[in-house]
Amino acid sequence: MSNITVEELKEQAIQLRQTAVTMVYHAQSGHPGGSLSAADFVTALYFREMNVNPEDPEWADRDRFVLSKGHVAPIQYAALAHRGFVPMETVKTLREYKSPFQGHPDSKKCPGIDISTGSLGQGLSCAAGMALAGKLDEKDYRVFAVIGDGEAQEGQIWEAAQSAVKYKLDNLIVFLDDNGLQIDGPTNEIMPNLDLEKKFEAFGFTTKRIDGHSMEEILETLDEVKNVKDGKPKIIVCNTIKGKGVSFMENVVGWHGKAPNEEEYDKAMEELARGLNA
Amino acid sequence: MIVLNKAPYEQKATREAFGDEIAELGKENKDIMVVDADIGGSCKTTKFMNTVPKQHVNVGIAEQNAAGLAAGLSTTGKIPFISTYAVFGSLRMAEQVRQEVCYPNLNVKIACSHGGLTPANDGGSHQAIEDMGVYRTIPNMRVIMGADYNATRKLVRQAAEIYGPVYLRFTRDKVPVIYDENEEFEIGKAKQLKEGNDVVIIANGDTVCLALEAAEILQSKGISVKLLDMHTIKPIDREAIIECTKIGKIVTVEDHNILNGLGSAVSDVVAEEGNTKVRRIGVQDRFGESAPYEKLLEINGITVENIVNTAEGLL
Ligand SMILES: Cc1ncc(C[n+]2csc(CCOP(=O)(O)OP(=O)(O)O)c2C)c(N)n1
Ligand SMILES: [Mg+2]
Repeated sequence: MSNITVEELKEQAIQLRQTAVTMVYHAQSGHPGGSLSAADFVTALYFREMNVNPEDPEWADRDRFVLSKGHVAPIQYAALAHRGFVPMETVKTLREYKSPFQGHPDSKKCPGIDISTGSLGQGLSCAAGMALAGKLDEKDYRVFAVIGDGEAQEGQIWEAAQSAVKYKLDNLIVFLDDNGLQIDGPTNEIMPNLDLEKKFEAFGFTTKRIDGHSMEEILETLDEVKNVKDGKPKIIVCNTIKGKGVSFMENVVGWHGKAPNEEEYDKAMEELARGLNA
Repeated sequence: MIVLNKAPYEQKATREAFGDEIAELGKENKDIMVVDADIGGSCKTTKFMNTVPKQHVNVGIAEQNAAGLAAGLSTTGKIPFISTYAVFGSLRMAEQVRQEVCYPNLNVKIACSHGGLTPANDGGSHQAIEDMGVYRTIPNMRVIMGADYNATRKLVRQAAEIYGPVYLRFTRDKVPVIYDENEEFEIGKAKQLKEGNDVVIIANGDTVCLALEAAEILQSKGISVKLLDMHTIKPIDREAIIECTKIGKIVTVEDHNILNGLGSAVSDVVAEEGNTKVRRIGVQDRFGESAPYEKLLEINGITVENIVNTAEGLL
């Protein structure tokens, strides 16, 4: 889908946000905040960057996607539904019995999920394993992983980082959703991360910090790293706003894992329809 | 014989009991501490944090660190309660707890919400069906799940009073408050809710209320049922189980994998001590999935109807 325009991608990101919020509203349960902060780069990945095939979700040469912060499943599910991995009606079944859209991503139940996640801190190791396999098999696919800033407090994230550097996984591209909030409060208060970009740099990653809500910057950065075979894993640290696009959810800790009521839902959909305020 | 509350019962999640009791304990004893891992709101430790802020730490999303840090705290006489969800509080930190809490026998408590199938729509990743089994196999550890709000408050208090590692498990969801608030509990001692001599039902945690209902149905059919609340599965109340082998027919009920939970603990004693038939009702060695809590219980046969049928099948 490399011929899609920036404007079309921005519009797509709005649609994914609307779908994610709709899912959580229907389920009356789920995680809107971190879904909305991740919406722009998830859109760029699914609608321009990644080489995936909805007709053949297990195609051996596909790019991989690991949602290490698995609680924001609604945004990945929205991408999968809009890309045709599952019928659009599936969005009405989030967290229901027998739905492919389980509370957290489940690779046994949903096409397009490369590995189950939900317990924080573990997905990056799995992504590194997939990237290492790609190297060993001399395949060209790339592996994209999404981690949270709170999640980066888990020690295993740094164990994964070590291996990615040791095995020269330049086919691994990590998005860090640096939205500054976790469940119990601001990341700075709960457990200060200091500068995550510098930390990953010290571990041996190629790093870049960008505005995670600027589609232009996201695309530019993806283009920059695309054919770089320098033997280093990449991390794109995204300055984001938790709840981005819905004014009353923006930067509010309480919207981490809460469903909107009817009135809030209507307001959210109406605001999103007007687009992102720059 | 104990007096139970009468239906319709008040409904309360047992994680609320932990939150209320630990805040009281914190006020009474400055050595009581809570070690949170970014889910204090959901695990109900906010009251403790606000009441005795100096006794509260939050290590962020770093459960393994929480275990080691609590172990270190306890070496100077502090009594830390690690608070997180059962799936992380058992499996994620299991080795740290084994090496640094149980092996040196330190005074650390692990207090976990979201036990069993209760984090229902979060899906299989969040449903802790192995936690009590994991801790049952580690020496020095005690493993406890109260049946309701009042029982849980008493058991939390006792866990604080005794020395050594304790694993406490709570429900996310509301369960009926069946016990009077003055009822006393003793870690390691089963609570007998009904005396009978045809068949025994042994349940724990959120399944005790189902077992109670089933026992009443059986009684109304003229079957005499002995009912035990086995809130502590380790140390298991051997004497109480040996007494049950005289009846010779036991149904166990738990919101946990049937492997290595209550059913297994009862079977261990029975296998050594008596000629008794045991039928285990619980999670059928399968992962959970997203669904309403009641549906998940139904899929696994953890229902009043199945308890009744299973008990009748033994007669
Ligand atoms: C191992 C583990 N511990 C705790 C949780 C509970 N939990 C779910 S989301 C979350 C906060 C995540 O914060 P962050 O990574 O910053 O995600 P975001 O802000 O993007 O939602 C926590 C603690 C979990 N899912 N896994
Ligand atoms: Mg965050």
